[in-house]
Amino acid sequence: MENMVNVYFSGKRYSVPADLTIMTAMEYAGYTWKRGCGCRHGFCGACATVYRIKGKNELKTCLACQTQVEEGMYVASIPFFPTDKRTYDIEEIKADQRIMMELYPEIYSCIGCNACTKSCTQDLNVMQYIAYAQRGEFEKCAEESFDCIGCGCCTVRCPAGISHPHVGVLARRLTGKYIAPKTEHLANRVEEINKGGYDELIEQIMQKPITEMQELYNNREIEK
Amino acid sequence: MYTPYPENMMESIKKVEATRAERMSTEPRRLTADEKDALLKEFHPDYNPDAFAEIKVGPNKGQKAPLELAEMLHSTSRIADENIDITKIDYDVDVLVIGGGGAGSSCAIEAHNAGADVMIVTKLRIGDANTMMAEGGIQAADKENDSPVQHYLDCFGGGHFAARPELVKRLVMEAPDAIKWLNELGVMFDKDADGRMVTTHGGGTSRKRMHACKDYSGAEIMRTLRDEVLNRQIPVVEFTSAVEIIKDEKGQAAGAVLLNMETGDYSVARAKTVVIATGGAGRMHYQGFPTSNHYGATADGLVLGYRAGVPLLYQDSIQYHPTGVAHPVQIQGALVTEKVRSVGAQLVNANGEAYIHPLETRDVNASGVIRECREGRGVEAPSGQQGVWLDTPMIELIGGEGTIEKRIPAMFRMYMNYGIDMRKVPILIYPTLHYQNGGLEIDGEGFTKTIPNLLAAGEAAGGIHGRNRLMGNSLLDVIVFGRNAGKKAAAKAKEVELGTMNLDHVAGYAEELKAADIASGEVSPKLLPQYARHER
Repeated sequence: MENMVNVYFSGKRYSVPADLTIMTAMEYAGYTWKRGCGCRHGFCGACATVYRIKGKNELKTCLACQTQVEEGMYVASIPFFPTDKRTYDIEEIKADQRIMMELYPEIYSCIGCNACTKSCTQDLNVMQYIAYAQRGEFEKCAEESFDCIGCGCCTVRCPAGISHPHVGVLARRLTGKYIAPKTEHLANRVEEINKGGYDELIEQIMQKPITEMQELYNNREIEK
Repeated sequence: MYTPYPENMMESIKKVEATRAERMSTEPRRLTADEKDALLKEFHPDYNPDAFAEIKVGPNKGQKAPLELAEMLHSTSRIADENIDITKIDYDVDVLVIGGGGAGSSCAIEAHNAGADVMIVTKLRIGDANTMMAEGGIQAADKENDSPVQHYLDCFGGGHFAARPELVKRLVMEAPDAIKWLNELGVMFDKDADGRMVTTHGGGTSRKRMHACKDYSGAEIMRTLRDEVLNRQIPVVEFTSAVEIIKDEKGQAAGAVLLNMETGDYSVARAKTVVIATGGAGRMHYQGFPTSNHYGATADGLVLGYRAGVPLLYQDSIQYHPTGVAHPVQIQGALVTEKVRSVGAQLVNANGEAYIHPLETRDVNASGVIRECREGRGVEAPSGQQGVWLDTPMIELIGGEGTIEKRIPAMFRMYMNYGIDMRKVPILIYPTLHYQNGGLEIDGEGFTKTIPNLLAAGEAAGGIHGRNRLMGNSLLDVIVFGRNAGKKAAAKAKEVELGTMNLDHVAGYAEELKAADIASGEVSPKLLPQYARHER
């Protein structure tokens, strides 16, 4: 007999094998996911979940696909949460402090409770990246928020109503576009191609017979 | 002593550790062309004749496809018994994009740029796609020692000389501009202090042209594209699948029948041009393999397009990523990015031997892992799954302490969730179903071969990668061909005059199945894998 544990989906008890994740345990119990299930490998944030272990007070947040079931786990999926994304034109905005004040003024209402950080399924220092955003330190905000998958557990727990993942996206786009150093070799290559610098060479290689291509490929020099 | 694995695995690790110093100083030999061919023929799953069936109807009749895909092509339309009034139009647009991943989103942005009235429908949420899960990077020949011609050679040769030249040309020639476009949208590529891209090798590359955003490359790209789609307020209808293409009497595409995944209600979209950007097929679990793909990867677009008369290309060619998780069981089949090898980890068998060069192409390395396991040089995990080692502690020895957390944080996090510190111990891997090399056949401009205003882009399209795709050419493909499809679809929409909408081709296909005496008993497209266990 497999090692089984009791878990409670929306309060209803199921006995499931102990080595399953919350996601596969629900499937074992007979559920078919529509919402609340995405990449199943911890990259998309679709399966934000809250749970409590019976007899313990602490409310925990997790990704259903990355979390193994435990005895006495009371589980609720958060298939959707109304986060508040503001729209902007990336070509028009500038990387200065005012942009956060304009688009996400509620970040200045942060009360420092740190519930966001405690709830982060990626173990990010969420409150810290919001603090960087408040100060207009976009590069630091971008770095600190980089591994965010947008599950929204922070937003669910925030008393100030901040939509943290959207703040992180804005900081990263500002950093990627305006703050990070420009790439000269990239701009040069695009220009060379646009000027037709490779047109003839590419046509030549396209016309080569397969045997010649095999010869070229099998003997090509590989950069160390 | 640190012992995160059971005893048999720890015993094998002793052998891995014993040979590490010597392995560090020698690079395993690259295989010759003949050696690669022999390895593939004997061990690659595409050569398993029992796993394929003949397609009995439609444009590819007589050719083979994986059993599970053939079954979907031989199944009944979901709307066969539905009474749907297609004259009642719920959405009326210039460009209908089916799929909200990297290709669909890039397509929608470019179509919007071109002034078209564009809409995305997607089965799950925008961004629920394999693009989001791509870890390692994106190729582009933008460094001084590299060129699009060199990229062409790597792509064409790595795909066994089967790719369509006009598609490879577009892929490599538009690659630098794709990176520039993403960078200007705000994607944070790994750069040095002077702005030079930090680039590495992938399997089968002859130049270091793999651009990355740590090991969240696809996620960083996808969340930026999603943000841009939302900023532009392009309509995105989520949890809605296209289940059939609608055509007109001129043989053009005219829209699609849509299914609300939650309510089960149908609706109708009319469009002057339609783009199929529905992604891959990993959740079909060909040959019983686990998969690295997202929940919705069920080959829907192939079925839709095929029933509408679009031929498939290389539908029998599947990519198994050599390094899927073999242990722990909770994340079995999850992708361990090729970047782990790019930054120094070797593939090592149970005896501690680096039996192959870690950066051979994916099909070759996958076959190598299967060979080692089948011939008794694998390691058995508690689940019974065999695997070989990926010697991750080498990464810190080569790149210095902290390299793993800096360059592959997602991998580090995924394993630490289960108490496995890959800085200290190697990880056990086995091939996982990763990518459909084939798909709907398109011409050099991105249009399907048979329907003048129907396009396909991204993993749903075939021919760009031949019979094996290189790491970093798929993220590239979704951007290049997604953008191209958006521009072309917007332009084409200006000249299309739609006739009367009909679903005659669906009825016609059903007749063909009947005439061939085929009844699979299933409906298609599949939409979602069936994972729910029912007790009775």
